[in-house]
Amino acid sequence: MTVVNYSLQDIFGPGQRVFVGLEWFKEVLADKRLHDALGKQLIFSGLVLLIEMPLGILIALMMPKKGLTASISLVIIALPLLIPWNVIGTIWIIFTRPDIGLFGAAINGMGIAFDHTSNPLQAWITLMFMEVWHWTPLVVLLSYAGLRAIPEAYFQAAKIDGASTWATFWYIQLPKMRGVLTIALLLRFMDSFLIYAEPFVLTGGGPGNTTTFLSIYLVKVAVGQFDLGPAAAFSLVYFLIILLFCFIFYQVLKNVGKGEKS
Amino acid sequence: MSITIENISLSVNKEIYLKDISLNFDSGSKNILLGRTLAGKTSLLRILAGLDRPSKGKILVDNKDVTGVSVRKRNISMVYQQFINYPSFTIYDNIASPLKVAGMGKSMIDSRVREAAEMLHLEDMLDRMPGELSGGQQQRCAIARALVKDTNLLLLDEPLVNLDYKLREELQIDLQDIFAQRNAIVVYTSTEPSEALKLGGNIVILDKGRVLQNGITSEVFHKPATIKVAEIFSDPPINLINCHVEGSVFHLGQNVTIPLTGHMKSLASGNYIAGIRSNHLYLNPQNKTDTAIEAILDLAEINGSETFFHVNYAGTKLVVQEVGIYSKKINSKILFYLDPASLFVFSKSGELILSPENFSV
Repeated sequence: MTVVNYSLQDIFGPGQRVFVGLEWFKEVLADKRLHDALGKQLIFSGLVLLIEMPLGILIALMMPKKGLTASISLVIIALPLLIPWNVIGTIWIIFTRPDIGLFGAAINGMGIAFDHTSNPLQAWITLMFMEVWHWTPLVVLLSYAGLRAIPEAYFQAAKIDGASTWATFWYIQLPKMRGVLTIALLLRFMDSFLIYAEPFVLTGGGPGNTTTFLSIYLVKVAVGQFDLGPAAAFSLVYFLIILLFCFIFYQVLKNVGKGEKS
Repeated sequence: MSITIENISLSVNKEIYLKDISLNFDSGSKNILLGRTLAGKTSLLRILAGLDRPSKGKILVDNKDVTGVSVRKRNISMVYQQFINYPSFTIYDNIASPLKVAGMGKSMIDSRVREAAEMLHLEDMLDRMPGELSGGQQQRCAIARALVKDTNLLLLDEPLVNLDYKLREELQIDLQDIFAQRNAIVVYTSTEPSEALKLGGNIVILDKGRVLQNGITSEVFHKPATIKVAEIFSDPPINLINCHVEGSVFHLGQNVTIPLTGHMKSLASGNYIAGIRSNHLYLNPQNKTDTAIEAILDLAEINGSETFFHVNYAGTKLVVQEVGIYSKKINSKILFYLDPASLFVFSKSGELILSPENFSV
């Protein structure tokens, strides 16, 4: 309620506020930098989903089904999820440093000038690598749980019908994983759309504004410029965008899988 | 076509699933594999399908060894306990799927699908998805998919176990007609004696991976070779009472004596175990020759339109199955009757010595 309250007022200091109606919403919606940040955010989330979802399913399909190796694989896969978000950024800063970082030094050693602090494309690539490494395990774990829940009889029936491995995946495993994949997709979309700590630590939104996503821009407006009114309006718009996309995803996935409850 | 199983054994991690099983199935025959959970029914079915390879033994189809032949190369169909359908296909496409994989022409597929759908009463649901149907309809779809292939071997692994009673009854009748129309070898697993009796045909009684007895279903029911077979082929399991014969008198337990007449008249003196199915014990005498037994009522259990009285007769636990709903006081005395003509007599080591002559199910 405080955010809604702030979004309708101009705040000068404690007890000094003026009601401005929907002025901040008009300003925020017309803000070119916000449009730019939104565009980057959508590209980032789109890439995240495009890479993490298939990769997660593929890893889950390749993982051992039972025994000690299955338990060990699960623990190893889950490790990145246990690391705090800001630490992830720090790890990747060191990892990609051209002088002492394993990844940065190796790439530079191959004759490729790699420095994510000055090259926008390389900053994006580093961010994507970090994001995929950090969050694909969640998709793997959910997909793995979904795959293990499919009764063995389905695979036997497919074999008896003469179905190929691809047909078994496409017509049995994928439709049967629909529920967990919907959850994975929504979680990954929301998380990636709200991403803040990792890019803030790794790139600080740079070089320039090339990795300034919505959340980073929002913090700049709210904390950097102390424009609490516009920042509150921005937060509400941000929230509505996420809500809208989640609703669209959910509706699409629900209708794609209509009648596939069996 | 005939299928011969020769000395099949299956062990996994030193655990025995099947032991020295030899059986023969002929074309057009209906074969029930009856046994309790973990008896080896599904293991045997999987070996017949080619999904698993036996540790020992051979499977011959028309005297040709097919033991190592992959399931994809065998012309078989299988129906499972779970309702196994392709979740993203319509009912039509589900039924058509094996024919499409086989590369059959469109018009041929259409006529075969519609024929199978009609047989299973699915003709009005062909455009729907499996998830939109009831459990019974989903299982009908799975059965239609198995039937549409027109295979020589149709395997059904407890196909009705997940359906409610009414649907089960309905499908049991339909399945009998469907089996009768085909010349395939049908192998059907079940844990329920009543289901086996309804389906008829031949029966194989399995226990702990071994065949205890096989033969014509009604014959095995009426002449179970051992107490174990009688227990498996009776639901509730057959009542067993220690008894002994002295001269011309049959002592059933401690308190009841029966003159040695009818099928028991040639019984020599000695100790035996008497067996009687729970539906052959009555609360009211059926004949003049019926013998009354007094016991203590432990529990009265109502199941559908029947009441099962669990009674204690001088330390022996018995079950009396009576049609109708009855209310009796627990721990009170109860009088029930048995017809001596319906008694089985087993040796102390469990082999059948005598079975009733004029039996009914």
